[in-house]
Amino acid sequence: MKNAPEIRYQGRVHELQKELMGGYYAQLTDIAKGRSTRKNAHLLIAGNPVELVRAFDMLPVFPEVNVLQIAARKASLPLIQKAEELGYAVDNCAYVKADIGLYLSGYEAPYGTVPKADLLLCNYVGCNVYLNWFEHLAELTGAPAVNIDVPFIRSADGEPSSEDVAYVVKQLEELIVQLETITGTALDWKKLKRTVELSARVGEMWSEIKSLTKLRPAPYDAYFDSVTMMAVLYCLRGTEEAARFFEIALADLKERATMKQGPLPEERFRVVIEGPPPWPFLRVFRDMFTRWGAVAVASTYSTVGGIWEFGFRHDPERPLESIARHMLSQNLCNRTFLQRYDQMDRYVNEWDADAIVIHSVKSCRLFSAGQGDMREYFVREREVPTLLIESDLEDPRYFSQAQLRNRIDAFFEALTQRRITAAADVAAGGVA
Amino acid sequence: MTLTAFAPLPAVEYYRDVVEDRTFPTVGEWRRRTGRKAAGSFPVYSPVELAYAARMLPVGLFGGGNQIEIAHADSRFQSFICSIVKSTLELGFIDKLAPFDALLFHSICDPARNLASVMARNFPERRSIYVHLPQNMTSAGAADFLAAEYRRVALELAGVSGHAPDDEDLRASITAFNAMRARLRELYALRAASPEKLSTAELYTLARMATFTDPAESTLLLAESLEAAGARDARPKDRIRVVVVGSFCEQPPLELIAGLEEAGCYILDDDFLLGWRLFRHDVPETGDPYLALARSYLHDSLHASTKHDLRDPRAASLIASARSNRADAVIFLGAKFCEPGLFDYALYRRALEQEGIPHLFLEFEEKMWMYDKIRSEVETFVESMLFV
Ligand code: SF4
Ligand code: SF4
Repeated sequence: MKNAPEIRYQGRVHELQKELMGGYYAQLTDIAKGRSTRKNAHLLIAGNPVELVRAFDMLPVFPEVNVLQIAARKASLPLIQKAEELGYAVDNCAYVKADIGLYLSGYEAPYGTVPKADLLLCNYVGCNVYLNWFEHLAELTGAPAVNIDVPFIRSADGEPSSEDVAYVVKQLEELIVQLETITGTALDWKKLKRTVELSARVGEMWSEIKSLTKLRPAPYDAYFDSVTMMAVLYCLRGTEEAARFFEIALADLKERATMKQGPLPEERFRVVIEGPPPWPFLRVFRDMFTRWGAVAVASTYSTVGGIWEFGFRHDPERPLESIARHMLSQNLCNRTFLQRYDQMDRYVNEWDADAIVIHSVKSCRLFSAGQGDMREYFVREREVPTLLIESDLEDPRYFSQAQLRNRIDAFFEALTQRRITAAADVAAGGVA
Repeated sequence: MTLTAFAPLPAVEYYRDVVEDRTFPTVGEWRRRTGRKAAGSFPVYSPVELAYAARMLPVGLFGGGNQIEIAHADSRFQSFICSIVKSTLELGFIDKLAPFDALLFHSICDPARNLASVMARNFPERRSIYVHLPQNMTSAGAADFLAAEYRRVALELAGVSGHAPDDEDLRASITAFNAMRARLRELYALRAASPEKLSTAELYTLARMATFTDPAESTLLLAESLEAAGARDARPKDRIRVVVVGSFCEQPPLELIAGLEEAGCYILDDDFLLGWRLFRHDVPETGDPYLALARSYLHDSLHASTKHDLRDPRAASLIASARSNRADAVIFLGAKFCEPGLFDYALYRRALEQEGIPHLFLEFEEKMWMYDKIRSEVETFVESMLFV
């Protein structure tokens, strides 16, 4: 296996996404530059109440998306270093450091300008770093902050208790009062319902899109191509534009599926990828799989902001409760590590994968802490070939290209060998 | 290692080796004597009253210290994860958790949360219980939620111990731990007022003893020690006065703590073993005991790096502690790879610089056993302060 074939990973969906995200960032910039008086709230990706923010016509701002875009443009390191000069440690999550560095640089990003928050809305959904992050932003910027405390899943069945739901709903009601004060308008419940309805529709289409990769060949890569759709899913969920985007994306991908068109000329291996991507080297990293004909048919990363493929839908008739349930149990981050093993097990079986690749990122201990145990589980107990590799999602200093390539090559070589041996065994069995 | 220049406190003498003994000899002895079970509590704060009310002995689980070699757990948790997570798992692999029938973990950080899952998978015979401690201190729903959470945890513990606690059991447990914590507060106050009478290495040993001893016994031992230390006749030495922060979860070796003092510091305040003395006052012993515990956590607890209280910025509280203790400096003594601690350091550093309070940043690992480098850093720091 020599080099990756020259593949253009772009398509209609990609172009449309660029257009929508461009519009979204223009709105951010308008606020930042004082051309718009619209209020904004900074919030986090894992299970969030963006529907409420949208219902108040506030603009949601997502620091995680802001900094990953910067990393993808290979511009994250100076920002990270700026934060480290202030006393942040090399071991702190680099998303946070890049965001603090961005703030210290006047919030000027390559794609636009980020407005200072009217509200720092920390949806504490699993990740404890979220709490640190927004606490630091509150100290640095002086913006008002609130934590929405979302109890972690503790039950054997993976469902929140009625007390958990009541507690989150109570906090959402308190948030409504805060948002009313910030915007000076009362909540329009009809608008909230419509927003929740749009989320439900997007969830439905996204879920359908995800099931398309069960087909052979998978019409798109559920890791590398999913991130294109995730930007819209997260930043624009609850809007008419997002719904239109997903209609087009679904139609496009269905058509590809009918035509048996995959992202690569040949789908040789179907893999499940666990962990966030290395944003500064996304293309290089993708090529390492492409050269082996390896396509991701499912990924855990595509569920950080919500899990829809197993049936959850927002419910416009019970808007607050369904937002609360989404935050509590319908996203990867607030579920236990063992629930993640189960989720991956389902992917391997229902999406018919050959192997698992665990991309362990140093920044994100929510994802990575304990992935050695995860590997042990899949290799020993499930007998699924599993590769564990390490780098980072934001900090380019932790990406060792040669080492990663060697590990990935060795893994797929072994898988290839295994196939040859298995085929030979079958042939031998046939003769006997 | 010398813990003090005075006649030693008997409890300190007795427990100085026990605190680092990972066979948990006193826990085994308690089990045999009472015929009851024990629950291990991972830091930082654990609602220990619930286990005690369910007739179990709550015991602080502070990893392996520098007593064990990590041979298995480092293939499960990566190199960039703090030591206590790995050494706690290792204790399971080398069968040192046998005295514990239940293990409690809390929503303190991402590695500890994943550890709870990994422990549950690898050691299903010891019930892993995960406790969600709220991070919205001002919501009108927080106290009710936490009280419900505590009821759930009490029921789970009852499933292990065979005794379902009623409200009276829990009130009695609260009373027992209130008494223990009151003595700890008094010892802390004595050290802050007269650090020459009670060394931090001694205080640490006593506080650590309280993390694995029945409160009915530890309260007496603490009270005796308080009296003996208070009666010491001592003259202050030429040392700098410092507040130490950053060691709220993984614990530095006792030798390192003693080394800070020997290098010329009086430690006036610290966050060692913080969760075991988290409350500023007694938990109310009347009314709904679950709600009382919940309210004390929300509204009457000390700052912790793993607790986010937006009402009261943590850096301001560190400055207040330094000021009220008339500290010359702050030493940040953080566990390597401890993300919550490292985040706080950035806030502390900014505030300390603004206030003109000198500080020293030190990193430790529980498993370290060479202290020369840290010690000489502290000596240099002390000298720079004493002779300017
Ligand atoms: S630790 Fe992970 S989930 Fe948390 S902020 Fe960092 S990258 Fe995001
Ligand atoms: S030492 Fe820090 S990172 Fe490690 S478990 Fe404790 S709080 Fe978490």
